[in-house]
Amino acid sequence: MVKPATQVKKLEVRDLSIRYGDEIALHSADFDVYENEIFGIIGPANSGKTSFLRAINRMNEMTPGMNVTGMVKFDGIDVKSWRDVYALRSRIGVVFPLPVGLPLSIYDNVALSPRLSGVKSKSELDDIVERCLTRAALFDEVKDRLDSLGSLLSGGQQQRLTIARALSQSPELLLLDEFSIAVDPVTTMRIEDVLKELKKEVTIVLVSNLVAQARRLADRTAFFLGGELVEVGETEELFRGNVQDSRTTDYLEGRFG
Amino acid sequence: MTSTKVELAHRASANAAALYRGRAWWVDRVAQGVVFLGGLSAIVFILSIFIFVAKEGLGFMVADLNIKEFLTSPEWRPTEDSPTYGILALMAGTASVTGLAMLIAVPFSLGAAIYIGEFATGKTREVLKVLVELLAAIPSVVWGFIGLSIMNPLIMELFDVPVGLNVLNAGVILGLMAAPIMTTIAEDALKAVPDSYREAAEALGATRWQVIFKVVLPSAKKGLVAAILLGVGRGFGETMAVLMATGHAINLPTSPFDSVCAMTATIAAELGETAQGSPHYQVLFAIGISLFLITFVINMAADVFVRGGLRMRSKKA
Repeated sequence: MVKPATQVKKLEVRDLSIRYGDEIALHSADFDVYENEIFGIIGPANSGKTSFLRAINRMNEMTPGMNVTGMVKFDGIDVKSWRDVYALRSRIGVVFPLPVGLPLSIYDNVALSPRLSGVKSKSELDDIVERCLTRAALFDEVKDRLDSLGSLLSGGQQQRLTIARALSQSPELLLLDEFSIAVDPVTTMRIEDVLKELKKEVTIVLVSNLVAQARRLADRTAFFLGGELVEVGETEELFRGNVQDSRTTDYLEGRFG
Repeated sequence: MTSTKVELAHRASANAAALYRGRAWWVDRVAQGVVFLGGLSAIVFILSIFIFVAKEGLGFMVADLNIKEFLTSPEWRPTEDSPTYGILALMAGTASVTGLAMLIAVPFSLGAAIYIGEFATGKTREVLKVLVELLAAIPSVVWGFIGLSIMNPLIMELFDVPVGLNVLNAGVILGLMAAPIMTTIAEDALKAVPDSYREAAEALGATRWQVIFKVVLPSAKKGLVAAILLGVGRGFGETMAVLMATGHAINLPTSPFDSVCAMTATIAAELGETAQGSPHYQVLFAIGISLFLITFVINMAADVFVRGGLRMRSKKA
């Protein structure tokens, strides 16, 4: 796979540990995510993948008992030192595993974030909505009923709506948490094509429980296991067997997990 | 082969099961019956109340009552030699007290519900919830007592008016009375909004207030309207506290310091003194029917509002 053209560090993770009470979700992880790459994170359930995503945009502050130590730098600045957490979050798009179509119209779902940040002009909003829905491969299916409720769409459509919504804030970083769980394979492939295209403008962190999906999409991949970062490497190298830890190959080849 | 014998025996018992109804089947049947009766009884009770009220008042309302006078005249003189039955003043009394009560209760209860539901955590939340529910359990006569013995002198002193039993007094008392139950219902409605909505909005960079105003409140709209309706219903239906705090004087109120007389309070105060079947008795039931109709119209209007609101919002988009 092609190496990312630039090696600018978008995320720097240093000695990051996450605990829920006494339970350790992630233990002392260190790695970087480069600009304009798709960074895959794989591993079985309870490996700390989702907890890691939540630490990036400080969603942990909404979860009582979740305790984060160590550091995540976004664009070179520790996320904890951002005075305005809302400004931080508006630069990071998140797509959750289960689609969340807010009970607003399809249009309002996508226009919500721009409106929150003060975009008022109708034509500007129209442009954003059309562009984001098109990019999320949903526009053609819903263009005639933009004013119907987003929560009434099918699961796969709602997930693409969620992606369109995440794109509406023109994020620099897109976090995808097992986005394909509720989506059929054909739609998944369409979204994957979209992601490959998006990579030119956005850095993407892709958490996936599908090893094959990480292989298709990710430039580099990290393998999390039981709260431990086992290793990080070029996706293709890992699949070729150039690993530092034999557990990685075992997982990639489906011997466990 | 012995195994075939065993198999045959199995099949025989399986076939027997097709003709035999097990315990679970009967339990299911009985449970269905009980639930059905429960649902039916609610309908039967409501219908019989309606029929009773209609029987006592509707005939008189249609045959003898001058409907125009009934609705538009402020003269309520049921005991005079040539009685006039105008309930405009009573309706105005009920409406003014309820209106003022809602002006007080809606912001208070929605604010309390938002605080308890969205901001308070742990102990604070639990304590507040229990306290609010405790408040809702205070009997209305106690509220009336507070209106009579505390609010009355307070209003006289504060505003320098001769009588403290008036729209203001009853409105405040009724507002305080309705707020706790409205808070409880509204908070339930907020709790019913899935956390995933809040997370999704927060992930978009929305502040707490933006999350609440743009996502949580619109999603909980139906429940919130139900909470307000419950408060309005309480206002229209409340009798004892209103009787004690309004001054019970027939009046078209022009200021919050006028004493008024509510529809419910009139029924309660006068029904015991009328001969059963007399015109006065029947006209009191006509007031009851009017209350029924008003509540019905308010409920319908709110229902239309909740549905229509949704359509309007999407049209804007």
